[in-house]
Amino acid sequence: MQDLAWGGATEIAAAVAAGTVSARAVTDAALDRIAARDGALGAFTDVTAERARARAASVDTDRAAGRALGPLAGVPFAVKNLFDVAGLPTRAGSAINRTRAPARRDSVLVERLERAGAVLVGALNMGEYAYDFTGENWHDGPSRNPHDTTRMSGGSSGGSGAAVAGGLVPLALGSDTNGSIRVPASLCGLFGLKPTFGRLPRSGSFPFVASLDHLGPLARNVADLACAYDAMQGPDASDPGCAARAAEPVAGRLGAGIGGLRVARAGGYFRMGLTGEAEAAVAAVCAALDVAREVELPEAARARAAAYLITATEGAALHLGRLQRQAAAFDPDVRDRLIAGAMVPAAVVAQAQKFRRWYRDAVLAVFAGVDAVIAPATPCAAPLLGQKTFLLDGVELPVRANMGLYTQPISFIGLPVVAVPVAGALPIGVQVIASPWREDVALRIAAHLEAMGVARAQRPEGW
Amino acid sequence: MTDQDLDAMIDAAARALGIAIQPGWRAAVRANLVVNLRMADAVLSFPLADEAEPAPVFTA
Repeated sequence: MQDLAWGGATEIAAAVAAGTVSARAVTDAALDRIAARDGALGAFTDVTAERARARAASVDTDRAAGRALGPLAGVPFAVKNLFDVAGLPTRAGSAINRTRAPARRDSVLVERLERAGAVLVGALNMGEYAYDFTGENWHDGPSRNPHDTTRMSGGSSGGSGAAVAGGLVPLALGSDTNGSIRVPASLCGLFGLKPTFGRLPRSGSFPFVASLDHLGPLARNVADLACAYDAMQGPDASDPGCAARAAEPVAGRLGAGIGGLRVARAGGYFRMGLTGEAEAAVAAVCAALDVAREVELPEAARARAAAYLITATEGAALHLGRLQRQAAAFDPDVRDRLIAGAMVPAAVVAQAQKFRRWYRDAVLAVFAGVDAVIAPATPCAAPLLGQKTFLLDGVELPVRANMGLYTQPISFIGLPVVAVPVAGALPIGVQVIASPWREDVALRIAAHLEAMGVARAQRPEGW
Repeated sequence: MTDQDLDAMIDAAARALGIAIQPGWRAAVRANLVVNLRMADAVLSFPLADEAEPAPVFTA
């Protein structure tokens, strides 16, 4: 391996399996990079160096003994700090949770990645309690965008975006309730997968909105994304929201091409509010895929409103006790949104959940005629840290609530999405959206775009 | 609703919920509540049949 900082996960695993490099050397190099460079990024909140070295040594021992290695052998990875990591309190970006007892076991997805040979090196910064699209954290400081450290990484999985785009690790896990994987993937120029709702178990992660929470990976190439996704699939009875569905591996099918796939661009709502860079990215992807059709996802604006309200109210219910006892210990932006969420009449939430089923049926009717839909991931590239508002179609809107304009109507009904990065002065992402349980379609299209050079994770200058 | 209506709603709901809102927080809570109520209008104004099922289905 020539370049451990920018080498992909599957490339590292192949080198470890071949004996070109040891897992311990890969892990030490990752820990050295984190020690040297994370001060400028703010991606990590915990580094699990001792555990990582022990885990890497066991991978090397397995290889020396001739035992089979997993597909992610020796691959360093890190997780948003709402994932349980044995021995650490699961802080979920908050100050309040730091007094919790340390987790007694890892989250199921961490266990599954380590079973595939990967090596956990730490936990990552995030917006408090995942109610965020900026990557700024009131308590720990912001995670910074490696493409320009004066800019946002995007949230709420901001540390996940910064760590992978900054070359600290090739793979990270995040969560996505309304866009929190896809927004940092877009702003940091990465591939991000938000699987179908219910595909990956959330067991052992701190929740936000049970109706909408998803977990998934971020990586610098599609093969790594698919390999990690395959390693994490499969039911888990301890998450009632996880489907009893067998794993459907996709990594071996990425090269199948896009022949026969019907792809359309999302019109209407998804054409409004776009900045020039977002429009150019969507247009480049559509041109590469020869997209000639446009479809409308009906009532997308109302879907976003319903997702917004379910989030505000379920989030408020989750945190009500803490708001009663420790309101001053929250990030003020999160606290004030949660308090206002607690005051929404219950009838509104019941109606939002009924509308959700209506909207699902209406969107699935669209998918009867297409296999994938292309839409912007964010309205713009990374805003400056501290920036509170931006102009969309001449209207000044809060950044924090509106970076997810285009992601919210999609996760609202749990559709699988791959956010693909389009390079530029600053990168920006595009959503490749498929019908439920067809992650394979979105990943194949992403792989095709990557092979064409249209989608790629651009290495930030100096990193 | 007027600011006065919103403040009355905030005061009553905060008492009912047992949340002590500091004076410096009120403007932001009110602004967020305004957004929530605007979103609520969008959801409530959509006609749905009485028989419409909510999205989550509990399985015993």
